[in-house]
Amino acid sequence: MKKICLMLFIILAFTSPTMAAAPVKIGMITTLSTKAGYLGEEIRDGFKLAIDLEGGKLGGIAVELLVADDGRSPEKGRQIAERFIKRDKANILTGIVFSNVAMAVVPKVVRQGVFYLSPLAGPSMLAGKGCHENFFNVSWQTDSLSEVIGRYASEQGYNRVYLIAPNYLAGKDNIAGFKRYYTGAISGEVYTSLGQADYAAEIATLRKAKPDAVYFFLPGGMGINFLKQYGQAGLNGKIPLFGPAATDERLLKAVGRAAKGVINSSQWSADFSNPANKQFVEAFKKAYGRTPTLYASQGYDTARLIGSALKDVGGNLSDQDGFRSALEKADFASVRGNFRFGSNHFPIQDFYVRQVVEKENGQYGNQLLGKVFTDHSDPYVQECR
Amino acid sequence: MLFLEQILNGLQMGVMLFLMSAGLTLVFGIMQVVNLAHGSFYMIGAYVAATVTMKSGSFILGLLAALPATALAGMVVELLILRKLYDRDHLDQVLATFGLIFFFNELTRIIWGRQPLFMDVPDWLSGSVQLLPGINYPVYRLAIILVGILVALFLYLLFSRTRLGMQIRAGATNREMVEALGVNIRLLYTLIFGLGTLLAGLAGVMAGPILAVEAGMGESILILTFVVIVIGGIGSVRGALIGALLVGLVDTLARSFLPDLLRFFMETSAADRMGASMASMSVYILMALILACKPTGLFPVQTS
Repeated sequence: MKKICLMLFIILAFTSPTMAAAPVKIGMITTLSTKAGYLGEEIRDGFKLAIDLEGGKLGGIAVELLVADDGRSPEKGRQIAERFIKRDKANILTGIVFSNVAMAVVPKVVRQGVFYLSPLAGPSMLAGKGCHENFFNVSWQTDSLSEVIGRYASEQGYNRVYLIAPNYLAGKDNIAGFKRYYTGAISGEVYTSLGQADYAAEIATLRKAKPDAVYFFLPGGMGINFLKQYGQAGLNGKIPLFGPAATDERLLKAVGRAAKGVINSSQWSADFSNPANKQFVEAFKKAYGRTPTLYASQGYDTARLIGSALKDVGGNLSDQDGFRSALEKADFASVRGNFRFGSNHFPIQDFYVRQVVEKENGQYGNQLLGKVFTDHSDPYVQECR
Repeated sequence: MLFLEQILNGLQMGVMLFLMSAGLTLVFGIMQVVNLAHGSFYMIGAYVAATVTMKSGSFILGLLAALPATALAGMVVELLILRKLYDRDHLDQVLATFGLIFFFNELTRIIWGRQPLFMDVPDWLSGSVQLLPGINYPVYRLAIILVGILVALFLYLLFSRTRLGMQIRAGATNREMVEALGVNIRLLYTLIFGLGTLLAGLAGVMAGPILAVEAGMGESILILTFVVIVIGGIGSVRGALIGALLVGLVDTLARSFLPDLLRFFMETSAADRMGASMASMSVYILMALILACKPTGLFPVQTS
């Protein structure tokens, strides 16, 4: 009897899902563990919100979201992609946070006729020589946010900027991005080791150089450490700090008042007043009980872009060319306002600077300062043929 | 002036490393167990302290809650897991304690979520003091140095003046003989492990206000801790102290002055990059040099 029950259960378990119309499968490979786990969580939550708001659909087409954690490892990312494509028959992949994981996964999957839409990683290789018709980036090219800071610092008349970044590829790319638009002099340039925890030595050297501003690219926990220690050294409020996407809302919770006044660049801000954004921020706060970060907004935009294209082809993904040109149209209301794709499938969009301020509830948040670039593209677009 | 400030920074980093490595070297030297999960107790200390400090508003309460919590966590791990590993070879111990790292990282994620916690310097330790004209040093970092000196003193007294310390030293030299003399070596091991994790927890609490309190924070300090105990001589607390200060000073001074030094020989941007790479190697070069002269470390412990 027991065995029969078990059999019946197994049969039921395996048959019921196939009864429903097969939804479009979207595979999300993202980083949910390690210190950077919150980035993946933001992207996933933003993406999921778009699906939930439509009641399990995107653009009126039923979708199923598969999520797996790559643990920051390119090898693991590749295995998950393989599994999503071969076993789950997913035709759309998304989610990768880190450029090195993206470089291991994206070129391989787009060659197999799978679409990849990046909610974050935007390495120069994929924007330039390694671009592909099935790859779309819905965030920004890695250099862009530093270019914004470079331009803003020049506009504001800063002339002795001190630069600090970790000694690895993205660190050097960001410094290069900053210098591309910065016209003043550089007071000092320091490369720290990746994942460094203590910045006391660097801060002491920096203080002695007497710069009129400090540019720092220290993503995640490194930024938390740096900001806390910069504040403790008594420099916050004395030498202004600039950072690309340096103070997202999650990070601010861990840093508190030491982040006050930091100027950071973004293509989006929670206080944008366009209707799409108002709806997004409100729904996100209601669903997750926190203010969304720019990463969540990118996850949300990615899902809505997919929705607009699915609607266009009526959920028929075998029409690859139709789906691709629907994506290229980018016919959706982005929460960041202006949004269209360049010829390399990277966004052409506006960039802003924000400043960390104390909100009325004692929490810290970003406030829009102003627009720096209008219709900004990336410097690699010509290399994409 | 800058040089003096960087020396202080180096000392402060050395003290943090000492708190971590003192416990690890005891466990490694006396119990012959390789414990890769030592950094997890550092993380637990920081998490507990950050949570209690946030809820109660008092850093002292956070500290008082975190120390017994990490000691207790350590002793539970010793009783449940490490005890089964004493007779196995080092590879099994490495595997098991490596697994513990994942376990604890995942556990913090389940309990506290992915959001790094906030912990600030308590008001009475915030700000900076003028040590000499031109040197303003954060009070909190001075407090860390002070805590390190106190812990070193405490350990010295514990080992040289108390019966427990004598037993621990004897256990490091000859385990069987100590057991034959009627000392409960199992209990002793549990206590040592608890002491070791308590020190790691203390390091975690002290690090909380200056670093990001996040899952996986223990691993970044773990490698340097191993370097310290290899330099100092496995099992020697004195070695851990000297090794930790050496590593702290060399790392800090290399990071701050190598790029400047290299600028005399090459152009600026190349010097910056080269200096950064060489600075991150400096500690390992130091280790290699010391091992070449003294293959068992600076203060080797005689074992029979």
